[in-house]
Amino acid sequence: MQHITVTVDGTEYQSEVEPRTLLVHWLREGLGKVGTVVGCDTSNCGACTILVDGQSVKSCSMLAVQADGCEITTIQGLSTGDDWHPVQTAFKECHGLQCGYCTPGMVMSTVDLLTENPNPTEEEIRDGIHGNLCRCTGYHNIVKSVKYAADLMGGSK
Amino acid sequence: MIPAKFDYVRPSTVDEAVAALVAAGEDAKVLGGGQSLMPVLRLRMGEPSVVVDTTRIDEMKGITDAGDAIVIGAGTTHDAVTKSDLVRQHAALLAAATDTVADRQIRHRGTVGGAMAHADPAGDQPPVALAMGASFTIAGPSGRRTVPASEFFVDYFTTAVGPDEVLVSVSVPKHTGWGAHYEKFNRTAQAWAIVGVAATVRMDGGSIAEAEVGLTNMGPGPVKATAVEQALVGASTMAAITAAASHAAEGTSPNSDIHAESDYREHLARVLTARAVAKAAGIS
Repeated sequence: MQHITVTVDGTEYQSEVEPRTLLVHWLREGLGKVGTVVGCDTSNCGACTILVDGQSVKSCSMLAVQADGCEITTIQGLSTGDDWHPVQTAFKECHGLQCGYCTPGMVMSTVDLLTENPNPTEEEIRDGIHGNLCRCTGYHNIVKSVKYAADLMGGSK
Repeated sequence: MIPAKFDYVRPSTVDEAVAALVAAGEDAKVLGGGQSLMPVLRLRMGEPSVVVDTTRIDEMKGITDAGDAIVIGAGTTHDAVTKSDLVRQHAALLAAATDTVADRQIRHRGTVGGAMAHADPAGDQPPVALAMGASFTIAGPSGRRTVPASEFFVDYFTTAVGPDEVLVSVSVPKHTGWGAHYEKFNRTAQAWAIVGVAATVRMDGGSIAEAEVGLTNMGPGPVKATAVEQALVGASTMAAITAAASHAAEGTSPNSDIHAESDYREHLARVLTARAVAKAAGIS
């Protein structure tokens, strides 16, 4: 077992993990952070996307032990009290989801994209979130949500 | 799925990593960014008894100016490479190809050295290294050695890096002022290249003075399109580029698979080479 210290959504956790434990499994089963979901076994779908030290990462493609000393934000760490993150608000306003399974990953990828590019074009949005799959194929409203979120965060809405 | 059990070692220096590999024998794997190894572990396509995590080795991170070359630590992420002014200025082709690797999440974790050492024939960066004449510094129990790209890529998923060795860095000769373009043909956003063409050219007036062209997925490893490179010298029109690109499939041995037959890949190599070179040269 390996001892790890990881800050998740603002709280520091200490844990003993088996080296083979995937980060997403530790988040869900170790900490109960079940907002982050597993959608595939191939690194394609992006449903498990979280931020590690501020950058988007597929948490199925990283070992929990590798997160030792890192700062992690999951979908459950985005809101401030009762106030949603603007990206969450945008996905609600634009109906950027159908079944909702991909949504945690879509939202986290959007947060990551807008941090680097606060005012993306539609092409940049589609390229920026192409590591996330929506099997309902609801991409049009997802793209609208990202644009709406950019406007919200830039203060034009 | 959950990977099979393994022992985990996290060295903080290259020497410690080599020692860990020597101690583990042939049944160890180096974990760089993990974007190729993690799916292999998860699907239990591989079950190493020891995983040596090199992500905390400072020497293997970062990009430095070495005079006539830029040296990229093997553990430098794709994301850092695409954002590096040094890379963009002196190895624009590497930046262009790296920008097409997988997606943002994977570029945040995956490393250039990992991709080179994994040597997937559909990988976007090996043909860049081969075309540009990069060299690789490898550390092992008997010290360090430097291997040119022409000897580094050996076969499918096989490089000159031995089981008790670690790739430390990649050195790319400066191509300051050269035009560059990576033309990648795939069916969906995340898919590997069915064929890719990496082209970089030095212009003199309106014509091509020097050209370097590498092919992705046209054989068991990257291919340097030498005949194309030679035929491009002096080209100043689209017709001349297209004529030179007609040599692109010479000396290649592409696979047939569910995405494309080998003769279609040869056709793609010719078409995509013309496009890549034209864009790199700014000729239409």
